[in-house]
Amino acid sequence: MFSFENIIMLWQDYWQIFIFEGLKYTLILSAIAVFFGVIFGSFIAFGRMSDIRPFKIINKYNENNNAILKAVANFNPVSFICEVYTEVIRGTPLLLQLYFFVFLIPKVLPFINQFNAVALALSFNSAAYVSELFRSGIQAVDKGQTEAARSLGMNKTQTMLRVILPQAIKNILPAVGNEFIAIIKETSMASTFFVGDLMTSYLVVRGATYLALESLIIIGVIYLVVTFTLSKLIGKYERKLNSK
Amino acid sequence: MIQTVDLYKSFGDLQVLKGINEHVAPQEVISIIGPSGGGKSTFLRCLNMLETPDSGKIFFEGVDITSEKVDIDLHRQKMGMVFQHFNVFPHLSVLENVTLAPTVVKKIAKNEATEQAMELLNRVGLAEKANESATSLSGGQKQRLAIVRALAMEPDVMLFDEPTSALDPEMVGEVLDVIKGLVKNGMTSVIVTHEMGFAKEVSDRVVFMDGGIVAEEGTPDEVFNHPQNPRTKDFLGKVLY
Repeated sequence: MFSFENIIMLWQDYWQIFIFEGLKYTLILSAIAVFFGVIFGSFIAFGRMSDIRPFKIINKYNENNNAILKAVANFNPVSFICEVYTEVIRGTPLLLQLYFFVFLIPKVLPFINQFNAVALALSFNSAAYVSELFRSGIQAVDKGQTEAARSLGMNKTQTMLRVILPQAIKNILPAVGNEFIAIIKETSMASTFFVGDLMTSYLVVRGATYLALESLIIIGVIYLVVTFTLSKLIGKYERKLNSK
Repeated sequence: MIQTVDLYKSFGDLQVLKGINEHVAPQEVISIIGPSGGGKSTFLRCLNMLETPDSGKIFFEGVDITSEKVDIDLHRQKMGMVFQHFNVFPHLSVLENVTLAPTVVKKIAKNEATEQAMELLNRVGLAEKANESATSLSGGQKQRLAIVRALAMEPDVMLFDEPTSALDPEMVGEVLDVIKGLVKNGMTSVIVTHEMGFAKEVSDRVVFMDGGIVAEEGTPDEVFNHPQNPRTKDFLGKVLY
């Protein structure tokens, strides 16, 4: 039967598995996902905000203001692809994406092992969410800032690097921290493939002891301690950023 | 110095400018007055291409800046702009607000830019605030900083977009004094304003815009004391109690 003593006993016997085989890989997976998520995500965000219109020239000859020609002239393929990407990722379950990559990767890139395939899937997933954080963080900066910088003769790049990003970073950093917390919880789905995250360590211990509830409580507390600590740290950091 | 030819601009179905032909001569001071929604700010923002006109041309120092071949950033350096909501850079200090554009755009050495900036800040009474954050300033101080920030690029013309409209009444005077000082020193200026007394005092020419066209223009005496257009009379009757 379920008992408090069993939890203590489980922890004493298996804490090394929970921490060094479970939590450790959960944190590694989350860190990889956020790291590459930020890199891919920033490219996607700038892709979506770009002003690449290869058929712009049509506007010059479109004297009758034909709506279809106007749409073609203003079509931005880079932004379109980035938008499709974020919509697909955000509109399908993470578990589906994990299955997809775990089955796809061995066929096209056989030298990548399952752990890395899962890490890749998580990275692509978080890139879509991070790109939206970047985009909203940048768009939250007052338009007057861009106008002031441009009116001084600064070009688009200088304006972005010297005026907009330094202000947007205050919005973006705490949000990326929260994304890290979300991913820590989402990595639990990676246990489907037995890659060795915290949820996998639950499966291992349950298999050895048949104490399902007790093991769940232990990893639940570990998840909670980690996410709660991180969210308090982010809150503190956010207040510091805003007081500046 | 600036000449606009047949400027048209629409936002969606709303036609804001309906053919504006204006000419700004060197050292001339022009005030643009008129009711809200009459196209004053849009016209001013077209002059440095913050708004792209739908048709028409803008010549600045002989160059058509509406042309796509023109590097607009180069010409904007010569046109300072002051905004209604100041738009000072909140992540920078007062001094850095002034030195940013000269160091980034003109690649002027930092110490040289600092020296120039301190001189300008001193002129508007903000020198002792140089190292404070721009967010710590009052509205009037922010607008004075914004003016100095534009001046640091050594522009040939200054564009003022309702520079005192967002200020508390007691701070209007200090900003207008700075603009007066500039104008007296021969700075070519285009000022969109609701301060009629100020417009009357400093302008060489007053332009009354309503409904997307220039309804009337002339010397301050002509426009304020002997308005011809009934719309001008109506507008002045409402604002000059």
